[in-house]
Amino acid sequence: MRTHKTGVLISILLIVAFFLPPAVGQENANPATEKKSSAETMYSEIGKAPEKARAKRNPLEKDPNAVAAGRILFEQRCAECHGHNAEGGKKGPSLRAAEIQNAEPGAIFWILTNGVVRKGMPVWSKIPEPQRWQLVSFIKSLGPAPAKREPAPANASQPPLRILLCGVVEDHG
Amino acid sequence: MLIYRGLLLVSFLVLATLSLPHSAEAQENPYFVAYDHYLEEPGNLEVEYFSTFGTQRGGNDFHSYWMELEYGATAWWTTELYLDGQTTFGDSTIFTGIRWENRFRPLKREHFINPILYVEYEHKSGADKILKEGEGHDIEADFLTPNSVARQEIINEMEFKLILSSTFKGWNFTQNTLAAKNLSNEPWEFGYALGASRPLALKASAKRCTLCPQNFIAGIEMYGGLGDRYHFGLHDTSHYVAPVLGWNLPSGWTLRISPGFGLNDNSHQFLLRWGVSREISGFGSMVGRLFRGGQ
Repeated sequence: MRTHKTGVLISILLIVAFFLPPAVGQENANPATEKKSSAETMYSEIGKAPEKARAKRNPLEKDPNAVAAGRILFEQRCAECHGHNAEGGKKGPSLRAAEIQNAEPGAIFWILTNGVVRKGMPVWSKIPEPQRWQLVSFIKSLGPAPAKREPAPANASQPPLRILLCGVVEDHG
Repeated sequence: MLIYRGLLLVSFLVLATLSLPHSAEAQENPYFVAYDHYLEEPGNLEVEYFSTFGTQRGGNDFHSYWMELEYGATAWWTTELYLDGQTTFGDSTIFTGIRWENRFRPLKREHFINPILYVEYEHKSGADKILKEGEGHDIEADFLTPNSVARQEIINEMEFKLILSSTFKGWNFTQNTLAAKNLSNEPWEFGYALGASRPLALKASAKRCTLCPQNFIAGIEMYGGLGDRYHFGLHDTSHYVAPVLGWNLPSGWTLRISPGFGLNDNSHQFLLRWGVSREISGFGSMVGRLFRGGQ
């Protein structure tokens, strides 16, 4: 009987644990606003990198293999959260944003090493230091994301009706 | 009956693991007993199976095994469920208990020494032989009791650890201090574990590879008991030293092996441990989608 009770208690606690990460982010009703504020928090963290960390130079800056190795590491460890093109994913913000691309390599290395633990980004110091620099090389090689085209104003030159309705209805006007 | 339920659960979990498409290459440490300060990535589930073959003087050798389900609840909290069992040759195969382990990271940033707080509840029988830690006055002769007798003893125990771990120039050094309390009227027992490990290469290769040296992590661990509240020290305690090797495959699987050697007459002379694990990334989101209508 006691074993049964313990089993039930453990099951409940494990279920709570499984749902904790989504629950933490559900305070804000608007997912878009929530995602944006989460990204802003992440970006603001990079500004907290100490001066000494920022001043560090990437020792693999001139290594011709660093970007290729960094790409593989990114796919293995980072793409799950930051997206396969590093333009942002389910949990992590875009790494092609100006805040990251304009940051010093040392600051990106510092974030990788320390994580943003309270906001869900783990500490990545278990990846050896040269591999973290390879990741920095790859991230910096991406450059800013291509600008998205602004949607046309509502009353700007109206397209023909057939285009609006994907060719289902012909415009005979 | 409990064995069949346990086997059924294990079989289900192994099949589920094999069929899951999302895997992430793990960067797992090679330790079997010691813990470092790295927690499971949030939302990821690691399914692990470990075995220990142990020699027994004055009795039959044994093969013990356990399964771990390790889940990253947040970036600062990892929770794990263990299912333990053992086969004593010439005796029987029995399910020996469950453990529920939690590790917490109290500090936000990485430091030279990183503390982790560990809390575990164990509900096990006296026939438990997984040797997941060295504690108190546990010695080789304790394992001589036949399974039919040893399993009658039910142990409810809380175990606490302070994990202090550091990574320097690719090396991980870790020190675990253990305090355990049997919830019946038993004294506090103490133990320790030490570990050091390093990947065989620190730079990653520019090509995808399985046998690249950066995928292998080698090291050594040492662990043992430190007596109890009334008889603290090395008297009547067992101690082990074990080289460890871990191989992190790009497919998300990790293989580990470790031959262990007893350091005194109270220790088993030889322990051979091996393990296999697989990390499933985004497991929490998958479960969440199931209950939120597949968003």
